[in-house]
Amino acid sequence: MAREMTGAEMVIEALADQGVKHLFGYPGGAVLPIYDALFAQDRVKHVLVRHEQGAVHAAEGYARSTGKVGCVLVTSGPGATNAVTGLTDALMDSIPIVCITGQVPTHLIGNDAFQECDTVGITRPCTKHNYLVKSVGDLPRVLHEAFHIAASGRPGPVVVDIPKDVQFARGVYAKPKDFPHTGYRPRLKGDMDKIRQAIELMAQAKRPVFYTGGGVINSGRAASELLRELVKLTGFPITSTLMGLGAFPAGDPQWLGMLGMHGTLEANMAMHDCDVMICIGARFDDRITGRLDAFSPGSKKIHVDIDPSSINKNVKVDVAVVGDCAHVLEDMVRLWRTQARQPDKSALADWWRQIEKWRARRSLAYRPSNEVIKPQYAIQRLYELTKDKDVYITTEVGQHQMWAAQFYRFQEPNRWMTSGGLGTMGYGLPASVGVQLAHPRSLVIDIAGEASVLMTMQELSTAVQYRLPIKVFILNNQYMGMVRQWQELLHGGRYAESYSAALPDFVKLAEAYHACGIRCEKPGDLDHAIKEMIAVDKPVLFDCVVDPKENCFPMIPSGRAHNEMILGDAGVSPEEAVTEEGRVMV
Amino acid sequence: MNAPAPTSHYPAAPTAQTVETHTLSVLVDNEPGVLARVIGLFSGRGYNIESLTVSETEHQKHLSLITIVTTGTPMVIEQIKNQLDRLVPVHRVVDMTLAGNSIERELAMVKVRGRGEHRVEALRLADAFRARVIDATTESFVFEITGKSDKIEQFIELMLPLGLVEVARTGIAAIARGPEGMAAR
Ligand SMILES: Cc1ncc(C[n+]2csc(CCOP(=O)(O)OP(=O)(O)O)c2C)c(N)n1
Ligand SMILES: [Mg+2]
Repeated sequence: MAREMTGAEMVIEALADQGVKHLFGYPGGAVLPIYDALFAQDRVKHVLVRHEQGAVHAAEGYARSTGKVGCVLVTSGPGATNAVTGLTDALMDSIPIVCITGQVPTHLIGNDAFQECDTVGITRPCTKHNYLVKSVGDLPRVLHEAFHIAASGRPGPVVVDIPKDVQFARGVYAKPKDFPHTGYRPRLKGDMDKIRQAIELMAQAKRPVFYTGGGVINSGRAASELLRELVKLTGFPITSTLMGLGAFPAGDPQWLGMLGMHGTLEANMAMHDCDVMICIGARFDDRITGRLDAFSPGSKKIHVDIDPSSINKNVKVDVAVVGDCAHVLEDMVRLWRTQARQPDKSALADWWRQIEKWRARRSLAYRPSNEVIKPQYAIQRLYELTKDKDVYITTEVGQHQMWAAQFYRFQEPNRWMTSGGLGTMGYGLPASVGVQLAHPRSLVIDIAGEASVLMTMQELSTAVQYRLPIKVFILNNQYMGMVRQWQELLHGGRYAESYSAALPDFVKLAEAYHACGIRCEKPGDLDHAIKEMIAVDKPVLFDCVVDPKENCFPMIPSGRAHNEMILGDAGVSPEEAVTEEGRVMV
Repeated sequence: MNAPAPTSHYPAAPTAQTVETHTLSVLVDNEPGVLARVIGLFSGRGYNIESLTVSETEHQKHLSLITIVTTGTPMVIEQIKNQLDRLVPVHRVVDMTLAGNSIERELAMVKVRGRGEHRVEALRLADAFRARVIDATTESFVFEITGKSDKIEQFIELMLPLGLVEVARTGIAAIARGPEGMAAR
């Protein structure tokens, strides 16, 4: 039934109709009518952040851990510009977000009015789509369309810019079902001929590898289940990008670990030497391919992606299937079963023998210490002490992020929230706020670096306000460690500006926020301290003081090929790797 | 060859490949900002625009047609089409060059200033090129010429020594031969 109401009321009505329970926002002059409308109801709960960037990251965490659209409300001008980093982050990582921005009244647009900025102009390249709504009559349609566009196809952020006079104006509201469909209808089912070709290639493979990405996670739970089924059916090895971790369980013997710049030796070598690569929901990003002309030179490549523009962008593939991962995987599983395909067993066994040799080199090995906490050890202990719990992990950006990806063994999808495409320092803390809100009883941990976490530290205040017991586990190496590592390895050890001088006392900082602070400096104290952190029913800043000089290996220096990895010195040499002794080391 | 600098964070630039010129017809919703989206896509991703024309085609359906002439390697052209298709207000992208059966036309207005022999020669050439005189003074002409771009360029070149003052060109419009419309194909 159509009802008359103000534009501001339509916003709340539309959010409620779209199933939005939480809205991350920050008020200001140009959105006050919407805040008025929020005040009068209790269907949509507003979460007050401390900076608009934090609102978007929180919504991203919310979206990625639930599979729903994350929702943001900010004011015009600085509110909108502060949101730009978050929007770009969501675009790069394909996260569904609807961000409502206030705008100055329509008659003032273009006049350099107070807190005016060209929001649609600024956000055009960092959203999947955006709207400036100039008439209240368009508002219901635009709001519902925004949710449809954010969530369907390759997900992404959508901005709806609403001038203040449109928020005050009265009009007739209409429900989502009153808008049958826009012209935007991405293709879900893959072309069966292409899928058949893919299955044919896979059946003839001698050295196959699955290379999967965030698209599998975005496609929903069913995609991960189907992927697991297909991997089991075929017996092929599988690796994944940073964004795809958890779609396939890390505890499984067919799992090779993450690939790419800081991926495992076995994953990258398998990619380099394979004869058939099955890429599902990943996009051949430069952190994955390394040097393009040396990328997996001898393989036939299959690419499944919902976004046609991801296909043949960086790497030419042999069979391209445009479609949603779950739909295509379902067809692949069915074809593989009904045609009773059997890959060449002995070739596959040889391939696995080769892979085991690479695995035996233990490329993630590090030199343990009784004196200082090694960051890898800290993550390993964190994993061991939390793996049986209902746990969600977010991260900041840097070495700690890569160590988290390498050493925290994800068994399930939607449990891992990290800024992959944009690499946004400051992502993890606000993201964990969003995750905790969506999963109030779960354990939510932000694995952080001491430099990154200071970029959005103020969101700890949000966590305290809403009693969200997030755990910020800081691997404090006193350096922008990833920058220091590049400077050490590639810039002659000139550590320009990468030392985190004048760090705050994180324990006192936590206390100042009315949160809990814990510091740990010795490996022997670590287990106890982590248990204490888990037991505290409030937000915790955990200052884990780690070895300041540790580097993250393996590493493919940019512009190099997969078989040109730099390995740490704690691994096993190729000669040793085949001996029994080699196997038991580290 | 351009090997990557040892400290670069990114792979080396791909080595030069053959570049092709393609004409793309893009059917879009006639709404504010749609041209900015298309142009922003080209500048943001570093694609070339050689020529661009836009106009409303069907008022009732709120549709506009954008014709873009662009250059790039076959892989880049493929990317451009896919990226255009990804824009929400874009309905269809047709590669007129690949389709191979399109007609392309451009209109130019060419101002020439001169007296005596030059003036006579300009008129004679205009006649040969089927250009029309749409403005004249005792010392100048404005010619209107339509045709393929190379014909127009040739005409302009000929006018150069005869007192060419300035040129205004529309850019290329393209349409497929035969009975089918773009939306139906
Ligand atoms: C907003 C932003 N600015 C700069 C960078 C570049 N950058 C990448 S990692 C890094 C250092 C991060 O330091 P820290 O958070 O302490 O993590 P660590 O590498 O020490 O684990 C920097 C500056 C970035 N990714 N994001
Ligand atoms: Mg650090």
